[in-house]
Amino acid sequence: MSTDAPVGTSPDRYVAMQRSEEFIGLRKTLRGFIFPMTAAFFLWYALYVILSAYARDFMDTKVVGNINVALIFGLLQFVSTFVIAWLYARFADRKFDPVADRLRAEMERGDDA
Amino acid sequence: MNALLAAEATDTTARNLTIILFLVFVAVTLGITVWASRQTKSATDFYAGGRSFSGFQNGMAIGGDYMSAASFLGIAGIIALYGYDGFLYSIGFLVAWLVALLLVAELLRNSGRYTMADVLAFRMRQRPVRTAAAVSTITVSIFYLLAQMVGAGALVALLLGIKPGQTFLGMDADAAKVWTIILVGALMIVYVTVGGMKGTTYVQIVKAFLLMSGAIVMAFMVGLAYKFNLSSLLGDAADASGKGAAFLEPGLRYGKETPGDSLATFYSKMDLLSLGIALVLGTAGLPHILIRFYTVPTAKAARKSVLWAIGIIGTFYLLTLALGFGAAALVGGENITAQDPAGNTAAPQLAQALGERYLGGELGGATLLAVIAAVAFATILAVVAGLTLASSSSLAHDFYANVIKRGEASERQEVNVARISAFGIGAVAIVLAIFAQSLNVAFLVALAFAVAASGNLPAILYSLFWKRFTTSGAVWAIYGGLAMAVILVFFSPVVSGAPTSMFKNSDWQWFPLSNPGLISIPFGFFCGWLGTILSKEPTDERKYAELEVRSLTGAGAH
Repeated sequence: MSTDAPVGTSPDRYVAMQRSEEFIGLRKTLRGFIFPMTAAFFLWYALYVILSAYARDFMDTKVVGNINVALIFGLLQFVSTFVIAWLYARFADRKFDPVADRLRAEMERGDDA
Repeated sequence: MNALLAAEATDTTARNLTIILFLVFVAVTLGITVWASRQTKSATDFYAGGRSFSGFQNGMAIGGDYMSAASFLGIAGIIALYGYDGFLYSIGFLVAWLVALLLVAELLRNSGRYTMADVLAFRMRQRPVRTAAAVSTITVSIFYLLAQMVGAGALVALLLGIKPGQTFLGMDADAAKVWTIILVGALMIVYVTVGGMKGTTYVQIVKAFLLMSGAIVMAFMVGLAYKFNLSSLLGDAADASGKGAAFLEPGLRYGKETPGDSLATFYSKMDLLSLGIALVLGTAGLPHILIRFYTVPTAKAARKSVLWAIGIIGTFYLLTLALGFGAAALVGGENITAQDPAGNTAAPQLAQALGERYLGGELGGATLLAVIAAVAFATILAVVAGLTLASSSSLAHDFYANVIKRGEASERQEVNVARISAFGIGAVAIVLAIFAQSLNVAFLVALAFAVAASGNLPAILYSLFWKRFTTSGAVWAIYGGLAMAVILVFFSPVVSGAPTSMFKNSDWQWFPLSNPGLISIPFGFFCGWLGTILSKEPTDERKYAELEVRSLTGAGAH
């Protein structure tokens, strides 16, 4: 009996939402961004650490004055972190939030009924 | 003789000024704490600051919580003494925030309430998961707390310049250390028990502001000294270090190559990889960082706070690069190791040198030294308060309310228990820190990261993304990762069998790496997987649906 459900959203409505096409699409959109991006930054970081350990000659190569590859590689890790954070903010703002907000509103509208 | 007297007069000026500035910080933060306590009525106020902070405020507070004395004084010191390798540390600390941003912050904010365990136990049996989470939270926080408090004691003796044989206010260096530990412990207990999350958050915001300002001013002065030419700063640093070009290259400290000993070289390089992976995966499993995401009203605000945190923390680590190399160039390796062999005083010594150069002679040097020393104390206080809050929240909300009382405790009882827990944990930390103060416990920060990455992170990620994950999986991941990390460190050279060990006169070491991450992190993930596939517990479809919908959309979030 739906009247037995506690105040708030009943579990069955969560199941219905979880199985809805829109929600499945939202989950796919999110995972399609965060999983590859995580793999990318992790491999990029791992490459940096591995080169620091095993490719000393390459890392020690001077580029300009006293600035060597190791320093540039390290600074690029900062750049890539900032860029990925910015890309994610843009993705979330444009692709994720509008759908998530709509689904949330749908769930909460249902609560009052 | 006159120079010596003058130097001592400067020391006294700096010392007095440090103490005055520190007292001002303490007075201001205590004022904020009392004000915050008047606004703290419900459990949500106490645990999560009423979820009323903005993304920017929380981003600052995350910075304040995260940039410990280990990163301010420690990383600047490592760069000043070992050059490039210190930079490796800051890169790991920064990149780690992408794990939090992409995989954890928003989903955790939507599905949890007060603690890390809220998410882990969401669709599992409450008692075993919450017990495991509380054990892990308290272990990680105590390790971290001990490192900070022992560090605080050592710093005071150094920053106030109390040398062996000297006394200050009737205390010798050893007594000053003990009293500092007690003072730091007492203040953190007051911040947490009186001000709760709201008070603690404001302390962290003020600290982050002070730390960033101090770092910006100093880095700017280093820039002036070298006409903002990075290459000439690096050249001078390498020359003054006495290590030449190697100073600017990886390998002086981590991944050292020992000619003729290929096994030592192999272990040393493995150790570098192990440290690297623990740094990048640890942050998103640190309980005191995770609970910060609950202080904002929405997942969107949680995202904004991580974005701000990445900006603030990234800028800070770039500044420490200038500070570290600046200290190497302008103070010199010999002068730094003469004060502290571990290099923790590199940043304050640089402040003194810069002040003398740009703020008008010795008085200027003493002033800037005092400011930076006071900022370092503020840094320690803000971090230990965050740690105490995380562990007492978990003890009260996870262990007391949900394990002992099985969810039947009233809000008021829960918050009272949290306050008592903060007091208890603070007292335990003070006692342990006093006993540990003569031991080398700097490794405990890295151990805290390793435990967080090996136990907490697998449990969090599996909970959020793997439908099949079960109670046994969560419990196995947490205990397995935690135990493996602690056991390996116990048998590693940081605890015994080496000149720099915690117990340098004993030897029960057999594990060759200082950092357990390379083994313990995959082991934690493996335990979570094995525990899950071996258990017959069916997936709670409804609860998983609720977790998924709630974590992604925020519907039904607290």
